[in-house]
Amino acid sequence: MNVEWYIVLSALLFCTGAVGILIRRSPMVILLCLELMLNAGNLALVAFSRMVGNQEGQVFAIVVMVVAACEVVVGLGLLVALFRRKLPLNVDELRELRG
Amino acid sequence: MEAVLFFLAALGAIGGAIGVIAMRNPFFSVLALIVHLFSLAVLFLLLTAAFVAAAQVVVYAGAVMVLYVFVVAYVGGGESAWEPIPGQRFLAPLVGIALFVELSIAVLSSGLRALGTEGAEKIEPGFGDPAAIGTLLLEKFLLPFEASSILLLLAAVGAIVLAGRKREEAA
Amino acid sequence: MSVSTWAWLVLLFPLLGSLTIALGFRALPAKAAGAIGTLSIALAFACAVGALLSLLGEDPEARHHASSLWQYASAGGLDIELGIYVDPLSVFMALIVTGVSTLIHLYSYGYMQSDAGYRRFFSYLNFFVFSMLLLVLAGNFVLLIVGWAFVGFASYALISFWYRRTTATRAGMKAFVINVVGDIGLVLAAFLIFRELGSFDYGPVFERAPEAFTTNEGTIVAICLLLLVGAFAKSAQLPLHTWLPDAMEGPTPVSSLIHAATMVTAGVYLIARTHTLFELAPTAADIAAFTGLATLLVAGTMALVMTDLKRAIAYSTMSQIGYMVMGVSIGAYSAGLFHLMTHAFFKALLFMAAGSIIAAMANDQNIDRMSGFGRAMRFTSVAFLCGALALAAFPSTSGFFSKDEILAFAEARGGMYLIFTVLGYVGALITAVYAFRLVFRVLPGKPCAEAQELIESGHVAHGEPHNPATGEAEDTDVGFPGSEHHIADQNWPMKAAMSVLAFLALFGGLVQVPGVDHYITSFLDPVFHDSPLAHIHPTAGAEWRGLGIGGLISLSGIGLAYYLYRVRPELPGVLQRRLRPLYTLFVNKWYFDEAIDLLVVRPALAVGRFANRVFERVVVDGLVSGTAETVRGAGGVVRAVQNGFVRSYALLLLVGVAALTLYFLLSSS
Repeated sequence: MNVEWYIVLSALLFCTGAVGILIRRSPMVILLCLELMLNAGNLALVAFSRMVGNQEGQVFAIVVMVVAACEVVVGLGLLVALFRRKLPLNVDELRELRG
Repeated sequence: MEAVLFFLAALGAIGGAIGVIAMRNPFFSVLALIVHLFSLAVLFLLLTAAFVAAAQVVVYAGAVMVLYVFVVAYVGGGESAWEPIPGQRFLAPLVGIALFVELSIAVLSSGLRALGTEGAEKIEPGFGDPAAIGTLLLEKFLLPFEASSILLLLAAVGAIVLAGRKREEAA
Repeated sequence: MSVSTWAWLVLLFPLLGSLTIALGFRALPAKAAGAIGTLSIALAFACAVGALLSLLGEDPEARHHASSLWQYASAGGLDIELGIYVDPLSVFMALIVTGVSTLIHLYSYGYMQSDAGYRRFFSYLNFFVFSMLLLVLAGNFVLLIVGWAFVGFASYALISFWYRRTTATRAGMKAFVINVVGDIGLVLAAFLIFRELGSFDYGPVFERAPEAFTTNEGTIVAICLLLLVGAFAKSAQLPLHTWLPDAMEGPTPVSSLIHAATMVTAGVYLIARTHTLFELAPTAADIAAFTGLATLLVAGTMALVMTDLKRAIAYSTMSQIGYMVMGVSIGAYSAGLFHLMTHAFFKALLFMAAGSIIAAMANDQNIDRMSGFGRAMRFTSVAFLCGALALAAFPSTSGFFSKDEILAFAEARGGMYLIFTVLGYVGALITAVYAFRLVFRVLPGKPCAEAQELIESGHVAHGEPHNPATGEAEDTDVGFPGSEHHIADQNWPMKAAMSVLAFLALFGGLVQVPGVDHYITSFLDPVFHDSPLAHIHPTAGAEWRGLGIGGLISLSGIGLAYYLYRVRPELPGVLQRRLRPLYTLFVNKWYFDEAIDLLVVRPALAVGRFANRVFERVVVDGLVSGTAETVRGAGGVVRAVQNGFVRSYALLLLVGVAALTLYFLLSSS
């Protein structure tokens, strides 16, 4: 398979994740959509790494995984903290930032 | 054979992704994401990235998703269909599609010569296997490697601070 | 083990020592912290000896090794290795640094023992040794700058060690700021080197430089001048020297280690290390040589009139570094480094003895109040005398051989360089006079009250310490050598350290006697043998003639000091009155502080004040109020967008990304 297929697939997955973030309101699902976007990025990194024949791209992908894991841990921690404080689990109701 | 595998895995990945954003119940969303991640692992294998694929399955689909399942079970889920922002439901997919089209044009018309091929002609045997990646991580990228381990530690501490009970609450 | 393994170990031990003390300070008993600190440096010294031995086992041509642990940074053709460069020069420096540091740690073990910050002190001191070793062993300019900045920090931390003393914290800041000026010069030089030669590593840089530059081309002169800014700031050369005398606010062992023996000689090392570049820029080298000469004369005259014991020795340090800078700049590399070595011995010794005397004076540093310590403290005064003899270049002491070698080289180079020989001898006369002025005022004579107490009861005087600069009572809680004082005569670690140094100060020069042996020159030869100046060798006859003149000058200087301060002790006062303008100039340190204040600080403040009064009030305020009104208006419009829905912000973001991508697509097609 040509590398361009992988790249286009990665773009498609990225946009799917982005749309998911825009239309879902549960912080939980938004975190899942972030995972989608990060993984799309990983796919592109690995595809480029194959294209150039250089394994450093794969190391990048692994580092992205680490960062994603951190993000999940902190994100879920926030989620649990919200739940504990009996705050609504809905990003639209958390709007103290309104100008 | 490779093409067949690619299309199967790509379908799985896209299906999983759509599942994540379409399911009403977050639990099903998590399950769809697991499907998506497994498909991605297959794609990584096709790109001769064995170690990344293994890490994807073990770390991501295994460990991280279990965390999600636990939290979903703890906080429950479901959301109302009420949409407070006018136009969001309509605009979001539109912008998403526009971005996808733009990105595709950008990629396909770019000057990257190797894009239309199956990748670099010559890759040494053992490309992307654990030994090669391990060597890279521990030699060339030792500093970033250590830095990311510290990042993980910080995230763990941060999560405990965020989610842990306060002492007064416990008392 | 290979040479580079030894060198890595040299770096490892001080770092481990520093971290152990710093992290374990709660658990460690105070004595243990001192022991760990001393032991780790002693181990580093042992490893440096190991490196020396395995280096000597190799062919002279092959005595340079680059070794790297891993890549420090890598981006776009720029590869920086965490690497060291081991050759005779770096091993020579590492030996001096670790050797003298070991002795000074031993001394501090006794001297600082009643200080409340004992553990902190050893942690800092070990960190300093680590940084200094990093500086001398670094294999590229980036690590050199890292080490350079680290020693700057260590120096700052140790000058301000007694942090409740306002004068100490001020002196620390002054040292830090001036050193940062130097750091900037060094960093800019490194940028230029990288731009022109495409590498930071010593090997490639020195290999490519002769092809890339023609002699005295603008760029290479600029590089060398920028390097000199760094070297002058670190080595306290004119006009960036004013921090060094103030740095004497730190504990005496610090003055001894950092501000006499090791750190301040980093500039000399830098010039020697980059000698390939300086040979391509003779103009810059000459500027350096003349600055060294000026420093050695100016600092000598200031040392003649200082009444503060430590400050007088500090000016002497500046002056001696002037000799070294002059030496390495005119091409007398091994002579300059030889003087660096002997100076490390005798100046560290002088400071140690001074520390012991100051402790006996209950921390009073004013030599007008000191007298009669020759009877009160036999050991200390013998040590002080040894140091002063070597400083005054008394025949057969270490300073005698090393100083004259520099001057003999300048003579052999001939032409304009004869100036350096002649004025160097003038400097030598001043040196002998000020060295023995201290000796004759402090050691003989009727014992002062403190010395009398020591003679009669054997107890060290205990005074309420006062800050000599401000008159405030000292806070002994965070130090100011604590409530008790320790003198070498009653303290074996101090005694041991000073005995070794006294021996080296007297006989360390015998490794390089003209016509007899030349261990230093032949050891350093592989580093400097490709220099175009390497063929200049003063003949043994010329060197012995130089030694003869030097010996005479030294003896007459000591004689003059004896006449002035013992035979006719009223004469210096008369001279002071007769030559009042000159004396005022010297006592006010040639008005360098005032000049810097006038030329740099005040204009900067004036610009600031102008900006505050005119620019700020009229232009900025006008703009700000105008802007604020505009923003308020616009804010009203934008407020509608800020609806608090995170998702609509995300949508806006995505729209932005899509629009940007569209723009790039359109503009690229």
